[in-house]
Amino acid sequence: MKILVAVKRVIDYNAKVRVKTDNTDVDLTNTKMAINPFCEIAVEEAVRLKESGTASETIAVSVGPKSCQEQIRTALALGMDRGIQIETEDSPESLSVAKLLAKVVAEEQPDLIIMGKQAIDSDNNQTGQMLAALSGIPQATFASEMKIEDGKAVVTREVDGGLQTVAIDLPAVVTTDLRLNEPRYASLPNIMKAKRKPLAVKTPDELGVEMKQHTKLLKVAPPAERQAGVMVNSIDELLEKLQSEAKVI
Amino acid sequence: MSTYTPPLQDSTFVLDQLIGLDQLCQDLNLDEVNSDLAGVVIEEAGKLAADVLAPLNIVGDHNGPKVSDGKVLETAGFADAYQQFVENGWATLTGPEAFGGQALPNVLGTAVNEMWHSANMAFGLCPLLSQGSVEALIAHGSETLQQQYLPHLISGEWTGTMNLTEPNAGSDLAAVAAKAVRDGDHYKISGQKIFITWGDHQMASNIVHLVLARLPDAPAGVKGISLFVVPKFLLDEQGQPGDQNDVCCISLEHKLGIHGSPTCVMSFGDNGGATGYLVGEENKGLNYMFTMMNHARQSVGLQGLSISERAYQQALQYSQERFQGSNPDGSKAAIINHPDVRRMLMAMKSGNEAMRALALSAAADIDRAHHGDAESKKRVEFYTPIVKGWMTELSQELTSLNIQVHGGMGFIEETGAAQHYRDARILPIYEGTTGIQALDLIGRKTLFDKGAALTQLQTDIQATVELLNSAKNTELNALGSKLGKALSKSQAASQWLLENAASDKQLMGNVSVDNLMMMGYLTGGWLIAKSALLADQLSSEENNYGSPFLNAKVATADFFADHYLPRVGQHAETILSGLKSTFAIDIDLL
Ligand SMILES: Cc1cc2nc3c(=O)[nH]c(=O)nc-3n(C[C@H](O)[C@H](O)[C@H](O)COP(=O)(O)OP(=O)(O)OC[C@H]3O[C@@H](n4cnc5c(N)ncnc54)[C@H](O)[C@@H]3O)c2cc1C
Repeated sequence: MKILVAVKRVIDYNAKVRVKTDNTDVDLTNTKMAINPFCEIAVEEAVRLKESGTASETIAVSVGPKSCQEQIRTALALGMDRGIQIETEDSPESLSVAKLLAKVVAEEQPDLIIMGKQAIDSDNNQTGQMLAALSGIPQATFASEMKIEDGKAVVTREVDGGLQTVAIDLPAVVTTDLRLNEPRYASLPNIMKAKRKPLAVKTPDELGVEMKQHTKLLKVAPPAERQAGVMVNSIDELLEKLQSEAKVI
Repeated sequence: MSTYTPPLQDSTFVLDQLIGLDQLCQDLNLDEVNSDLAGVVIEEAGKLAADVLAPLNIVGDHNGPKVSDGKVLETAGFADAYQQFVENGWATLTGPEAFGGQALPNVLGTAVNEMWHSANMAFGLCPLLSQGSVEALIAHGSETLQQQYLPHLISGEWTGTMNLTEPNAGSDLAAVAAKAVRDGDHYKISGQKIFITWGDHQMASNIVHLVLARLPDAPAGVKGISLFVVPKFLLDEQGQPGDQNDVCCISLEHKLGIHGSPTCVMSFGDNGGATGYLVGEENKGLNYMFTMMNHARQSVGLQGLSISERAYQQALQYSQERFQGSNPDGSKAAIINHPDVRRMLMAMKSGNEAMRALALSAAADIDRAHHGDAESKKRVEFYTPIVKGWMTELSQELTSLNIQVHGGMGFIEETGAAQHYRDARILPIYEGTTGIQALDLIGRKTLFDKGAALTQLQTDIQATVELLNSAKNTELNALGSKLGKALSKSQAASQWLLENAASDKQLMGNVSVDNLMMMGYLTGGWLIAKSALLADQLSSEENNYGSPFLNAKVATADFFADHYLPRVGQHAETILSGLKSTFAIDIDLL
């Protein structure tokens, strides 16, 4: 069984997010970047399936400028077998990414595509769904548990009211939720091996995808700064402030 | 509780720019190693350090190991962390490929070790000592010993110790009295060793003790000491740990710091003699210890940086959370806005960056020396007492500043600032006290070669001064003049020492620590100024660091020059006085 995992390069979740002074975007110059945590969970799941003998080959794909090769290398160091970078400008929108991935799926014919349910930078939660639709294959989103049984993926999904378990035919797209697994740390021998693993670079042209931008980023603003607290002298004063200043009661 | 963030950007800057890692790896014929790989290695090691080891630091401080029935039970949680450390292959980093190591350069190992010790110094001591035993066996062990022990030590499956110190043999190892008696193809070892770090624990399936002991017919003093491998469990036919050897931990010391690290009193041969295997030849044990000294001492010097970095990060965080006094606009001020607090933070930051530059430069010279470069070998010899002595002494000041930044809260144990200060206190003591380092620097490393290695270093510093002076950036010119001034003051003192101290042992001893500290501030100041020069050059081209980082490098070097470089002159002045009154007062009047 062949597994394809999509990984996105995003700002490290520990890093402090700064907004550019002209409010046009988040300022990413020299900030620490990392694999999107949900994608890391997808990588972990694929590597476990390989280790348990269920999968025979695992491929990590990333869409973006050359710098995203770092995240592919990290995925390889975590145990993925080979990598594909699709060279594009920064932050292509979800639909373009899904179209590019659909072409890779058509070429590679994986039995399972595992992706993060969303990326922590744009929080869109849509690429996996779009890919499934474009490829005409089933999907199971927000997976917190997954088993491969009799050519089907049995996936427990985290839904609003609790958990829902579905069985879907393969090939299929599964998107990960936080509780699916706990990603491992890369081991030194795997880091060393990763640099010898193949990493192919493709362009949207080669894949026959025209990159279009349907959305436009208008403005990015930082959240309001938290105000310092004050000591109140009486319950009455507290109630008065909650009513007139905080406007919560 | 204080968290730890690996200083990835500064480590990478020092490795890639100051050291020139890519060129170094080519020179060492390490085709597959380059700065990209090093970046990934540091980043991934940093994750384990920050997420797994750092949270256990305070746990070890509060719940030190316990001994019962001759068995040491390490701090809860350490064994799992160690398991993860080993499974992820971190113990193998610099080990030779033939024994399962990854054969990465020492300089990269050093950058990674910095993070283990920042995260958890008490824990980090265990793999540090294993590295020491690996080095001893590689350099001096027989093929059999190497085959039997190295793969397990390098994988981290077994750990190593150094059993040198005895109640009457500390700084003076010539006084070692533990006994070794020939018994067929091996020896029977008996005696007591004290202060043995990680002498026992349950984290690994065997412990390999390297023990200094004396044969009955050995000459007295330094020339009569031999080095032995004494495994905790004797190896069976398959080379696996079998019967318990006649060695055990009889008690644990109660200490000022590094509570998470068991410091053991070890008893050998209570039941007839512990089985030991000779390393190399009889009576050459102390020589062998000397060949390993550079690495071991530099590792402890590195701990000085590690603990100071951790302390700095804690101070930096607290100073932004604590509000006292007001800003010029009347708003409440975070204490980081007060000039004196900012001074303390800059003292820590600039001290750390200078130490990192020195530690990694010295580590890279070890790589070059191992590869046969004679100049580097001399430089390593010269650097080692400076790395060990100056860096661990500076760490006393920097960990103390962390407490000062915290005010009263720093003095309260719950804050955790006190732990770094207490932990740091061992550093100028073990692996040769500051006094011993200072004698090494002034004696063997300076007077003995008539200042040859020193002159070479001065020439290199002078070259940087000239580059700084001729730079377009006026900040660099100013830096050049400060460094040049420090250099010439130190040169006067060094010259005076060469002329007067060689024939005067007492004079040499009086001012030896001043000489050590003078050379430390000078070398640190040089390397951080050189870093500033490189940062300035980089800022005019496309680079991965960004101008805030590069500008900060220049400003940090400037702070170092104003805050620390004048100390070069002070120490030089003390040296020139000869501290004549050191022995002016009789003991009964002291
Ligand atoms: C926590 C801890 C862990 C340790 N771990 C180990 C270990 O794993 N293995 C091991 O073998 N040992 C270990 N040691 C021992 C350590 O290396 C010694 O304590 C150290 O070398 C100093 O020796 P000493 O304690 O006998 O001090 P002393 O030698 O008695 O020194 C006392 C003072 O006299 C000074 N002094 C001594 N001789 C001279 C001289 N010739 N010239 C000038 N000044 C001098 C010293 O600088 C010092 O200030 C450890 C010690 C501690 C506290």
